[in-house]
Amino acid sequence: MEPVMTLQSLLPIAPEILLSVGAMAALMLGVFRSDGGVALCSGLSVALLVAATLLIWLLPGGTYLLFGDSFILDPFARLMKSLVAIGSLVSILLSIDYMRSGRMTRFEYPVLIVLSTTGMFVMVSANDLVTLYLGLELQSLAAYVLASIQRDSARATEAGLKYFVLGSLASGMLLYGASLIYGFTGTVNFHRIAEITAAGDPPLGLVFGLVFLLAGLAFKISAVPFHMWTPDVYEGAPTPVTAFFSAAPKVAAVALLVRVVMTGFPSIVLEWQQIIVFVSLASMILGAFAAIGQRNIKRLMAYSSIANVGYALVGLAAGTEAGVRGVIIYMAIYLVMTLGTFAFILSMRRGDTMVESIEDLSGLWKNNGLAAFILTVLFFSLAGIPPLAGFFAKFYVFLAAIEAGLYPLAVIGVLSSVVAAFYYLRIVKIMVFDEAGAPFEPMGGELRAVLGVSGFLMIFFVVFPAPLIAIAQRAALSLF
Amino acid sequence: MAVDISNYLAVSAILFTIGVVGIFLNRRNVIIILMSIELILLSVNINLVAFSAHLGDLVGQVFALIVLTVAAAEAAIGLAILVVFFRNRGSIQVEDVNMMKG
Repeated sequence: MEPVMTLQSLLPIAPEILLSVGAMAALMLGVFRSDGGVALCSGLSVALLVAATLLIWLLPGGTYLLFGDSFILDPFARLMKSLVAIGSLVSILLSIDYMRSGRMTRFEYPVLIVLSTTGMFVMVSANDLVTLYLGLELQSLAAYVLASIQRDSARATEAGLKYFVLGSLASGMLLYGASLIYGFTGTVNFHRIAEITAAGDPPLGLVFGLVFLLAGLAFKISAVPFHMWTPDVYEGAPTPVTAFFSAAPKVAAVALLVRVVMTGFPSIVLEWQQIIVFVSLASMILGAFAAIGQRNIKRLMAYSSIANVGYALVGLAAGTEAGVRGVIIYMAIYLVMTLGTFAFILSMRRGDTMVESIEDLSGLWKNNGLAAFILTVLFFSLAGIPPLAGFFAKFYVFLAAIEAGLYPLAVIGVLSSVVAAFYYLRIVKIMVFDEAGAPFEPMGGELRAVLGVSGFLMIFFVVFPAPLIAIAQRAALSLF
Repeated sequence: MAVDISNYLAVSAILFTIGVVGIFLNRRNVIIILMSIELILLSVNINLVAFSAHLGDLVGQVFALIVLTVAAAEAAIGLAILVVFFRNRGSIQVEDVNMMKG
């Protein structure tokens, strides 16, 4: 009898296996070491993420299907998984300084990030509704715990509670949608769903299911009208956790959304396009206007991430290959920008207290010129000012939208990015022109490195844009 | 009288609605929110099993079992977060979850 599965055929899922086994090993290490083993667990987690990223690229290129077509490894999954791994890895690096200062000495932090990353890997590779749900839940459950990891802090536990309640509601809606899609197509596999929806007019139940599914996913990427949790969770959670939330899970959830609509429902574009257009418009506009009144920089970054997801969805709304390429480029550049910004926010410390107010940045230019310069570059890039990378991110998504004939979406998007530029520039003005306050404590080495690398990438993307664009092109092609 | 699949779907839709309304209209206790979440997941299970029986396809029942397992993990984490919240604030009233605006 032929063996159903050989060890060889498990190679495409090797990164996920490595991460989950490694996370359990790290958990054991942390429990049995008497000193808590924070440094050891962080080091092991970083090594695991590096090894997993290498494993993704180990197999020769092409598309691999596994477990009855429920798991897929294609160029799109490879690229998005690498981005996710980079986001998680940098989040662990960013936490080292924070942990050293004694605010949060928990070995569970890197382990939970590795577990959450496993979930994100599964999400990105999901090729049916069951895998989608399992990946999403693994990612979310680890994230709920991460939000309330500082368990003696009232704010962090409140953030965790809010995140949990709204996140479970979103999972419930997503599942209800998944059950309707299963019922009206008779299958959970994305490719089979695409075949069946292409055959004729979609039944009403299927469209209902799709709406619920998109609502659940919109929550995970914090798109309006499912964004309510974002500012509170960003503000309440410890800052390294906020940095993590704003980077890797966003990339994974956007990748999942792209895969669901592009491989599962390509033949009913009109049904989901109007939903994506609405969500994208609402996110861009709310993100731009609600951020203006914010005083807390973490809350400001929450609204900024809402707006950024809106811009990324502009590319998805186009529903074309160029649009998907735009989304991939946007998420890659957004990942670098947001991690760089959080590297700086984590260094905002006077004496023993972390400060989070925007006014605390006043006169940074005089106190720490280089950091202020890089931060200015990052904010200009977030605002989309050429020739920084953020401009090209927006350029590719808006270009795709215009090519697809979505003129109102593109015009309103550009206008809302002008509004958003106001609050980024206001921070720059506070840094450069306002009266200098007391200087911050010197930055830790890891924070300096992350800030420097992200600033460098933002400035020099204009010189070497070709590699990212080529790889995004190849990834986008694999979905069509 | 034969029970049509639409009856199952109606029950499931009603349970789902009760769950969602329970989360938003409840002004008293966070435990009730956790119960509402459970209700939503169970309504999904009714849907899945009904469709599975109707289509003669086992995937739906496997999916329902997976949902049950994940729901248990979710309830465990929800209760754990609720316990640490109670230790900090000494209350699990919904109106006390208000340190941050929004």
